[in-house]
Amino acid sequence: MKSGSNLEKVIASGNPAVTAELGPPMSADAHEVIKKANQLKGFCDAANITDCQTAVVRISSIAAAYIALKEGLEPVMQMTCRDRNRIAMQADFLGAAALGLKNCLCIAGDHQSFSAAGRLKGHPGAKNVYDVDTCQLVGIMKKMRDEGLQQGGDKLEVAPKFFIGASWTPMGDPIDFRPYNLKKKVDAGADFIQTQGIYDMELFKVQMEKARNLGLHERTAMLAGIIVPKSAMMLKYMDSSVAGVTVPKELINRMLKAKDAAGDDKKKAKELQEQEGMKITVELVKQALDIPGVKGVHIQAIEWESAIEHIVKAAGLYPRPVFSE
Amino acid sequence: MIVGEQKKIEEIWEMIQGFKKILVFGCNTCIAVCHAGGGKEAEILASLLRMKAKQEGLDLEIKDLAVQRHCEPEYFEPVMEDVRKYDLVLSLACGVGVNFLSERIGNIPVYPGINTEFFGGVPQPGFFVELCAGCGDCVLHLTGGICPVVRCSKSLMNGPCGGTNKGKCEISPDVDCAWFLIVERMKQLGTLEKLFQVQPPRNWAGGTHGGPRRVVVEHVRTLEEQESK
Repeated sequence: MKSGSNLEKVIASGNPAVTAELGPPMSADAHEVIKKANQLKGFCDAANITDCQTAVVRISSIAAAYIALKEGLEPVMQMTCRDRNRIAMQADFLGAAALGLKNCLCIAGDHQSFSAAGRLKGHPGAKNVYDVDTCQLVGIMKKMRDEGLQQGGDKLEVAPKFFIGASWTPMGDPIDFRPYNLKKKVDAGADFIQTQGIYDMELFKVQMEKARNLGLHERTAMLAGIIVPKSAMMLKYMDSSVAGVTVPKELINRMLKAKDAAGDDKKKAKELQEQEGMKITVELVKQALDIPGVKGVHIQAIEWESAIEHIVKAAGLYPRPVFSE
Repeated sequence: MIVGEQKKIEEIWEMIQGFKKILVFGCNTCIAVCHAGGGKEAEILASLLRMKAKQEGLDLEIKDLAVQRHCEPEYFEPVMEDVRKYDLVLSLACGVGVNFLSERIGNIPVYPGINTEFFGGVPQPGFFVELCAGCGDCVLHLTGGICPVVRCSKSLMNGPCGGTNKGKCEISPDVDCAWFLIVERMKQLGTLEKLFQVQPPRNWAGGTHGGPRRVVVEHVRTLEEQESK
């Protein structure tokens, strides 16, 4: 075992892995994290704790991950390259490991200009860091874990033992380069990969085949990302505006049909769309797990953590495997 | 070339409050090419400031002057006696010029009339684009001549990130994704496989992060020292 994390154990056991996502709140409210952690606990093998997603200030990933851990939910802390230089990153790895965290997802992070969206003022004038990028961050973590060395070369008496993750946008462009982009992350040392949300399973199959041809599925655990759709509007938005995401017309139409079935009753329209969204998610989860080389799913129910229980059960992925310490 | 834009007149007006004799001092190299701070722009700005002073009933002496370059003493030394007659120099050179003149002028403040933007090229008249970060450790041979440090919004060395959308950067549909361009360019050159290798963390100390930088050209320095003996 590289880290001994629950996620690593599930993957090593050959069971399909399930990860979920927990978004920390925009205030110092630990109860929000505790509530969400308890909604997810038992229904996933580990939950990603986002690191100021969309560049919005929230409880830090490490702090929220520690709260989740105390609640009995295994966290996957996230670290963006946007906010820290290599000194802060490594200091945080040491601290996180000392607190008992065992998984980390390395990501570039949304640009700070994203933070001023909708009604939020955000911090679009912030200075970003990008001292290192995702591949380099993965490499730094691996060097710390496997060689007991800091990036600069200084020795670590006690090395932080993380199960190292990276993200992949399989359908982003330039699409023919994406498999190589994945290979670089695997070469750098990514133990597991969580993909961008996938709705177009056929296209994902094509990209997975290319990844398999490079032998990547044997060197890393591929977890297919599924973002639970809440409404037809959300699917349309994701299709038109989110990089690397395309949503087949058929799925949008199914959600529109669910919405229309409620007539003028807005509350019912919300309910019916949410039900259809969960149904679509369950289908996508099953389809993804049928693709050769896919070792699990990363189900993101954004600000809707309570949906995970139903989805995981309906997909036949409950109960989750349990391992002794 | 160094690209800059003139500050808004309101900001400049605010800045010069309290001064009576003001010289608007243009630079006829880079900043003149980008239509922001050459002799012509210095003349126009001085005239605008005089009009504003008149409107406000203020008795100010505002003149203009320009030299070829503010970053080498030989260009402005001949006019320094004139320049020192003012109680404020509003420089229309880039930031280099403001620093350089400040260190040499004595007891007179030098204020910036320009926001110095970047090192850029001029693809079309009146259109300037940033193409080099001056990072001190060039990697353009690895990226098809397209700079990832300054043209990628995240300065990624192993791009692209997940934010590429139809060839554009996640920050705006008006901004090209540098890594999309790099991949296409490397394909065109038949050198795509160069991008398959993970680039290690950079040494940023040669850039703006290692303290003020200096370049010493030894053979020129040696000649100079011999001549001064």
